[in-house]
Parts: sequence; structure tokens; C-alpha cells
Amino acid sequence: MIYHELIVVGGGLAGLRAAIEAKRAGVDVAILSQVYPARSHSGAAQGGINSALANHPDSADDTPEKHTFDTVKGSDYLADQDAAKQMCEDAIPILYQMEHWGCPFSRFDDGRIAQRPFGGAGYPRTCYGADKTGHYLLHTCTNEAIKAGVPFYTEWFVTDIVRDADGRACGVVAYDMTAGGFEGFQAEAVVIATGGAGRTYSNSTNAIISTGFGASLAYRAGVPLKDMEFIQFHPTGLLTTNILMTEGARGEGGYLINGEGERFMAKYAPKAMELAPRDITSRSIWTEILEGRGIDGKQFVYLDLRHLGRDKIMERLPGIRDLSIHFEGVDPIDEPIPIVPSQHYTMGGIDTDMDGRTEVPGLFAAGECACVSVHGANRLGGNSLLETLVFGRRSGAAASEYLSGLAQHQRGAAEVEQSLTRMDEKLAALTLRSDGEDPYAVRTEMTETMKEHFGIYREEQIMQAGLDKLLALNERVHNIYLRHSGRVFNLDMIRTYELQGMVEVALTTAAGALNRTESRGSHSRTDYLTRDDENWLVHTLAHREPDGRPKLDQKPVALGLYEPQERKY
Amino acid sequence: MPEATFRIHRYDPERDGDRRWQEFTVPYENSLTVLEGLFYIQENLDGSISFRYCCRAAVCGSCAMYINGRYRLACQTNVKNLEDAPITVEPLPRMPLVKDLVCDMTDFFAKYEYIKPYIMHESQYPEKETLQSPEDRHKLDNPVDCILCGSCYSSCPSVWGEDNYLGPAALLWAYRFEADTRDEARKARLSSFDNERGVYRCHTITNCVEACPKELNPTEAIQWLKGAAVRRRIFGRWK
Repeated sequence: MIYHELIVVGGGLAGLRAAIEAKRAGVDVAILSQVYPARSHSGAAQGGINSALANHPDSADDTPEKHTFDTVKGSDYLADQDAAKQMCEDAIPILYQMEHWGCPFSRFDDGRIAQRPFGGAGYPRTCYGADKTGHYLLHTCTNEAIKAGVPFYTEWFVTDIVRDADGRACGVVAYDMTAGGFEGFQAEAVVIATGGAGRTYSNSTNAIISTGFGASLAYRAGVPLKDMEFIQFHPTGLLTTNILMTEGARGEGGYLINGEGERFMAKYAPKAMELAPRDITSRSIWTEILEGRGIDGKQFVYLDLRHLGRDKIMERLPGIRDLSIHFEGVDPIDEPIPIVPSQHYTMGGIDTDMDGRTEVPGLFAAGECACVSVHGANRLGGNSLLETLVFGRRSGAAASEYLSGLAQHQRGAAEVEQSLTRMDEKLAALTLRSDGEDPYAVRTEMTETMKEHFGIYREEQIMQAGLDKLLALNERVHNIYLRHSGRVFNLDMIRTYELQGMVEVALTTAAGALNRTESRGSHSRTDYLTRDDENWLVHTLAHREPDGRPKLDQKPVALGLYEPQERKY
Repeated sequence: MPEATFRIHRYDPERDGDRRWQEFTVPYENSLTVLEGLFYIQENLDGSISFRYCCRAAVCGSCAMYINGRYRLACQTNVKNLEDAPITVEPLPRMPLVKDLVCDMTDFFAKYEYIKPYIMHESQYPEKETLQSPEDRHKLDNPVDCILCGSCYSSCPSVWGEDNYLGPAALLWAYRFEADTRDEARKARLSSFDNERGVYRCHTITNCVEACPKELNPTEAIQWLKGAAVRRRIFGRWK
């Protein structure tokens, strides 16, 4: 058994930032990650990170307060306003810190960090490094963790969060992919920072490892998942692969064009046009498609950058151009890019407070897997990178503080041993079975069900049918068998374990969506067209029943700064 | 239905290190990538196959492999653009193996971490950002796009001949920080590449330039570092 005071599960931006904070507070902390930290999905973020630095000529009077308002309005008033305020205030020092740590942001002529306009924002406040901001920030934080001396357990796949007899988190069990085999990790506290659940959908922009499995481990350990019905569809995923085409492309002036050659956003958001928030823009595109105005009547529209010219595209959007050429065979300098709204972000997640604490003592969560909530029913572009850093840092600090207050250390060795035995037995049971359900058939049915039944527009009967399918899959997923019993780098095993967690996470999305009889932010119901603040200005909580089904509950939203009003852009 | 044949390098450490080639037939469609083909095989034909993956959008560096005799990212490689059949897929050559297409990256990352890949700054930071002109920032355009995929490292004959040589990726990152106007490392990083493990082992063979799937130029960066190191030695001057 291995011991560290603090285990951080996940080496993306939130996990790295949490670990650095703890390490510099003197904590013995280690990161366990399925991939080398610099390979995490944070690196796929493109357009930028919001902070009211007021560097842009048009944002001289921007403030954290205005950033907070935009965030709350963008969330369709479901964000906790105190948390949003905290994030937008922390945004200023954390951006300067990233710059001091070496992040290669693009620069204005005066040498300050460059900013661009983004959707739903009153000012150009999205700080960027070309269209590779996530990649740059991820490398910066990986490097800072190396500098701080944080050990990485690379290609360790965590399969269980362990609680001791008093209910405190006391460690994890993980599969060492390269050596082959399970190992127990005893710890005083655990931070989960494993990213979103995009891959529960078949049409996601997300990395293949963004399965939601980490969140499912916390859910199994007894923490409710919050607001899981709110799934963001990014307006511009590449048609064939759903690979992300940054909002920055529209921030730099790109147009959305339908089959009739119109900039159709004029109908839906006459002021903001292409820079309306993502929920509104995705719905607008989908409406055009449903009404037959996709390109050639098909299920896509164009993102047109041609009028920006070669120089601007090469300077500001080189990554977009490369992706478009390699994955769609289209050079945006010469041709419009075919795009389709694609699952992009999990607004919901592990229920935490502003410092990453969950209701399980010693268990913290940060980043996309968590739900504070600062995004409410719809996240603004540029706020996700910000969330990872702000709440990664805060959870690292809170975990350190928790450690220093513990009276008794090195608890729970027996419980970690028991979990280790259970994991070995579970693997043996899966491999001993000689037939059963094919994990990949179950996975495909699940991801297609999420896409078809819980997409941009939702309706009771369609969702009920989807929920029934998922409940059936939740039974079938326990009759899976593994075709491969090898110990080393066993993808069959990893992907099967993930699947069992994914189905449970998908169920929370489905149940929450069916239950919420209103339209708010990304949750858009054709049978309940309007927002219903009287009944639904509340967070959804999903608690796990022993059979993996969710039991729904509610939690109040922290209001007080801004009265909910109708959203117009 | 059209088909594509994949010829895959297999290696299983649990079966006496058995190395062999195995062919699989995968349904072909116009957009099929090598990574998608590997997933088809893993899901439908042989659950025992192992390979690395993550972003599938050419930004994480996980799936660098040797495909039809060239270094490529499997996710970014369209089968329709490969001229020869069958599609031959190997792990990064001359790297220690873990299993099938997965090689051991331990030394690669240890060398990366060895060159101190982070800003070192001794003077007081300004209250806000450190100013940097767009021109100075542009000097970093090339190296900051490195995704640490390991292709250059695997391709470098100097690495093959000398286990201790840091290799092109680590040195490209050393350059990335040395060329950054914000960095004040001076001697602290110099000693990591101005030594027998460092820049002088590069003989400008330029395999790395050819191998890099991001079209970066480690060779050029290493020559810049050599110049800087030599200037430092002879004149005591930096940059």
C-alpha cells in the first residue's frame, strides 16, 4: 500500500492547480492520472479564459462585478451568485499568476495579455493564446507541478474511493496500467478532478477519456450529483468528428450561415448575433436544421471565416485551420467549415461548496466533474478554464486546511485493503465469465440514447422512452464479460469499468431532465417552453440508490445579487 | 462493403514477450482514421489489443505511432491518405515496449523534467502581468506547440546511440524557456543542457524535423542553444 497525505485524482488543470496549492502548503500530495498530465482534456480548450483585466481597448471599464453579472445571466440564473462572484474576483490574480508561471498568452502591442470578445459577455474579456489557450495553460500547470515537486502516478486508473469507518475519505484503489494490477493508496483526503461526462453522448467534442467515470466514483461513495440535466451543446463542432471549432472563431468575426446563405442569428439574437451564449446559438442552429434550412437541407450549417482573411486566420486561429484541414478536408481560408452543434460540457457534477468540499469529509472535487455551481443552466465560453484554476486552487487550499485540522492520521488502512480485495474479485468475476453482454454494444446504445433522447430539444415522451432504455442498460451492464484477461494495459477492462459508471451518470442526466418541467438555459423543453422561477429556481440533486438508480432531491440556489430577469441578447 | 486491412504490431509481456504481426479487416468509410480503426479492432475483433488515446484531435500527443513507415498521430491520419496497403501500425521505433502499440515513455518524460521546463524568475513579479511584446511572444510560437508525443525522440539516431542524450523534445523545451523574455534562469538551466547529455550530442541529422507531426523544428532550437552555450563559455555573455 502506498501512502500520501493527499491524493488528487486527475491531472488536468483543476487537479494540477489543486496539487500545486497543497504542495506549496507543505502537504505530501500526489496526482494519479489515466494519462500524463499534459495529455489531459484541458489541453483541448481553445478560445480562452475570462478575466476582467480590462486590457482590451473596448473593455477599459470592465470589472469582476460585470463578469459576475454576465456569468449569472448566462447561467439563466441557476448559478449560485456568491460562487460566481468569487470566481470572477479570483479571476484577476489567477490570470496574472498563470502569466507569471510562463503561460504564453498572445499579447497586445503594449505587451499586455490579449483579450477577445466571446459569447454572452458584455466586454471583450477572454484572454487567449492564439486558439490553443487550454494547451498552453495545461503545459504551464504541468510544468509548475514539476517545479513544485508534485509526484505523478501516470497511467494509473482509479477504480474506487474508499471511506473509513467514520465515513471519511481515506484513500483510493487504482489500476496501474503499465505494470498491470491494482494497488491501494491510503490518504487523509482525496480531490477528484477527472473532468466532464461528454462521452456519455455519441456526438461529443470531448476527449475519449472524458467519460464521467471520476464523478461516478464520488457518486458511489455517497456524494450527490447536482444539476446533471444541464448539458451544453457547443454550436460549432466539426461535422464528421464533432471536434471543437472554438467560439473564438466567432469572437474574431466568423459568421454562421444557413442553406439559404443567411446569417440566421439575426432572427434569434439581433444584437449579439453569432456571439449569443451557447445555449441560444445551438438552439438557433438546430431550429434552422429542423426547419429544413441546413446546408442542402442536411443536418449542418456553415461557420464562415473567409472574410477574416488569411493573415487573421493564421495569426489568431491557426489551430482551427489545422483541425479543419486534417479532419474535415476543408481549408477555412478558402471554404466555409461545415459544423453541427455537439455535446460539449457537463454543467452539473459532484455537489461541492465554493472550496471544493463535498458532504463526505475529506472528499473534495474541482473542475468539470464538480458543480459549485458557477455555470448554472448554461456556461459561458471562457469560464471553464477559469473554473478549473479558481476552484482547483481553492480545493487544494481547503484540503490542506482540512489535513492540518485532523486529530488522527493514517486511518482506514483496513478499508483500503478490503476495497483492493473487492477490486481483484470483481476483475476475476468479469474475466471468468465466458459469455454475456458485449460492453461496446451497451456503450453504443447508451451514447445514442443520450444523443437522441436528451439532446438540444427535449420532450416528455421522448425522454421517458430514453430513461427506460437507460434503466434496461443499467441491468445489462452488470452482465458484461471481458474478452481479455491480461493484466497489462487492458483496455477491455478500463473501458468496461468506465461504462458501468457512465450508465449511472447518464441516468442522473436523464432523470433530472425528465423531472424538470421548464426550459432553462441548455435544458430546453418543447412541452414546457418557458422558465419557471416559482417552481424550478432550484438545483437538482441526484443521490445514488444501491442499484445505481438516481433518487432526486433539490437544493436552493444562492441568490441575492441579481434578480432573475428574462434573457435577451 | 469496402474494407481496410490493418497490420498491427503485437507484443505481450505476459506471454514471454512474444512479438508478432497480426492482420485485421476493418470496414472502411471515407473519414476512417487509423485511431478509429484501432478502436474498431479493440471493440469488435480482439479485446486484447492495447494502444494510447485521449483527445482524438491532435493536441494531446498520446497516439503517436509509426504508420506505414512514418511518424504520425493515429487520430490525425486518414486511411484514405495512406498510399500503401495493408496499413502497417507500429509503436514508436526503438523505444522500450509496454504492450502492442504502447511504448515506455518513462525516460522521455524524465529527460523532459530534467531540463527544468518552467519559468525561473528571481526578481520581484510586477503586480499585473509581465509585459512581453508580440514580437518576443512570436519567438515562442514554434516550441509552445509541442505536444510531447515522442516522435522526434524516437526518430533521433543520437538518442539511439546514447541512452543519456536528452533528445530533441527536451531540448526544444529548454529553448522554449531560454528564448522567453520572462525567464531568468541563466546558469540554473544552462547546466542541464550544456553538458555531455545535452546540445553537443545533436549532429543536425534533422530526423526530428521530419518526424514531428506538428511541423516543429527541434534541430534549429538546439543550434540556438549551442550558440547560447558557447557564447556563455567564451564571452560570459547570454543571448
